[in-house]
Amino acid sequence: MSRTGPTTLPDPSLTGRQGQAGSARRPDLPLLRTEELMLNMGPQHPATHGVLKMVLDLEGERIVKATPVMGFLHRGVEKLAEHGTYHQFIPHTDRLDYICAMYNNFAYVRAVEKLIDLKVPPRADYLRTIVAETQRIIGHLFWLGTQALDIGAMTVFFYTFRDREILLDWFNELCGARLTTSWYRIGGVERDFTPELIAKLSKFIDDFPAKIDECNLLLEKNRIWLARTQGIAVISAEDALSFGLSGPTLRGSGVDYDLRKYEPYAAYGDVEWSVPVGRNGDTYDRYWIRIEEMRESCKIVRQCLERLPDGPYLADAPTVVLPSKDKVFTTLESMIIQFKLFTQGFKTPEGEIYCGTEAHKGELGFYIVSDGSGHPYRLKIRSPSFIHLGAFDHMARGYMIADIITIFGTYDIVMGECDR
Amino acid sequence: MNGVRSVAERLRQRFPQEIVAVTEFRGDVTVTVRKPALLPVGRFLKEEPDLAFDYIVHVSSVDYPTQPERFEVVYEVYSIRHRRRIRFKTRVSETDGAVDSLSSVWHGANFMEREVYDMMGIRFHGHPDLRRILMPDEYDEGFPLRKDFPLQGKGWRDTFEFLEPPASPAVPSTPTAKDAA
Repeated sequence: MSRTGPTTLPDPSLTGRQGQAGSARRPDLPLLRTEELMLNMGPQHPATHGVLKMVLDLEGERIVKATPVMGFLHRGVEKLAEHGTYHQFIPHTDRLDYICAMYNNFAYVRAVEKLIDLKVPPRADYLRTIVAETQRIIGHLFWLGTQALDIGAMTVFFYTFRDREILLDWFNELCGARLTTSWYRIGGVERDFTPELIAKLSKFIDDFPAKIDECNLLLEKNRIWLARTQGIAVISAEDALSFGLSGPTLRGSGVDYDLRKYEPYAAYGDVEWSVPVGRNGDTYDRYWIRIEEMRESCKIVRQCLERLPDGPYLADAPTVVLPSKDKVFTTLESMIIQFKLFTQGFKTPEGEIYCGTEAHKGELGFYIVSDGSGHPYRLKIRSPSFIHLGAFDHMARGYMIADIITIFGTYDIVMGECDR
Repeated sequence: MNGVRSVAERLRQRFPQEIVAVTEFRGDVTVTVRKPALLPVGRFLKEEPDLAFDYIVHVSSVDYPTQPERFEVVYEVYSIRHRRRIRFKTRVSETDGAVDSLSSVWHGANFMEREVYDMMGIRFHGHPDLRRILMPDEYDEGFPLRKDFPLQGKGWRDTFEFLEPPASPAVPSTPTAKDAA
């Protein structure tokens, strides 16, 4: 590729940045041969957040076309689901978006509860909401740290991981695992909060807004951060909807679609909070939304902790819900129920449902077709990462090769969920 | 919920011959349409101003190997303005194995239909880039989510001497990508 040779300008309508793409060719210069350069980025690149290959067609440093090549982490989770009972699939959902296992569990158990029409007790709803929002904070902290690191701001990473660590330790105390949690159960949750856990979480929620400010201070008006994020990966609201984008990626474009508000579930309808919505549809707006969402999550957690109702944390439905372990070890009936639930599963009515849940990346949905047996006949996971990658080419065209890293990051992609 | 039922009614009026069934389960309304009507129905749902289903939720597929029209292709769309969702689907036989692509209506259908093709082997007419997406490009041992595709490893894995062969051959034979094409 000649550095002095004239290059064909990409279509300015694709870039959205007229006038910046370079100067027009001078007619007196001889025409040198130029050609597009194809560059493979990944599958082993630290900024692809997993194993993703991107085939880039470049015109100089400008991206003409970006083709995502994925599937390196494909494990056939949907196929596995057809061969296990409904309970047995919960640990598989941990491994979808392994950054935010709690939310995957939540989305899955909600879908199964919709299929069997099971109501969970109010305390379970509140516990679920608290943990889900805690998980959202973890997800956004992880995103913020890695996005800033990819763009070149290393300090933020240490700050966000310091706070994330506190919450992961809290998860560890709650359910014995930091990442692959499997704490949600069909009909409720696996175990209740202890007073120590509540005290620890309250303290964290009190301290946390100041810590968000600390991270924000490093980025909000940082000239490098602004130059690298403002006006990058712009997508209009109409296109974003047509591509099926969701979560902060969609709300950055000015659509207030948030399932927690649109179709309130768990305790989201009982607490006061708002949905941050962007204006420009660029990376900076999506960054701002995630920061604000962490503040909103704090509000939700605090209100839920204050109003936490008493009562059982598992539904009273012995044909579906696993009996508690102390009963399994002491009473015969519980032992039999446990055995039957794990060997045969529970029967579900024939039918098909779709249930979407607002995970921190976007709408995580489960489409379950049941034939009346103890296994899902077909289980389809609507994973936001996969669908967001569908818009990658559209959003990357016309930008510089250095922006690719920013555009990867702006979706908050996790390949475990994308490839399933 | 009534809103979605009225959408189904609108569809019945507009396509009286093409709507096979309207079912409702747990508040989800599903409209089954004949295969040739898939594209017109999709376009109608998106472009009609009082329907405005502008957000594509998912595209998936179900395999019923014992039924004459073996595959089901399922689309689910959402209307941000009216806050309602609807699912519409169609059946397709194995010998035909192709439906019209809706990627011209919703951009997002491009990737989702590629996944359906990859996993189930259903082809989409008019799709701009119908290639495998999760499985390797050169994979020719069939389509993993079909019911006759074995759960246990197959092919290269069977040649590992230290692995015991499966107790019973899970499946006699699976149609390959080449057969289907």
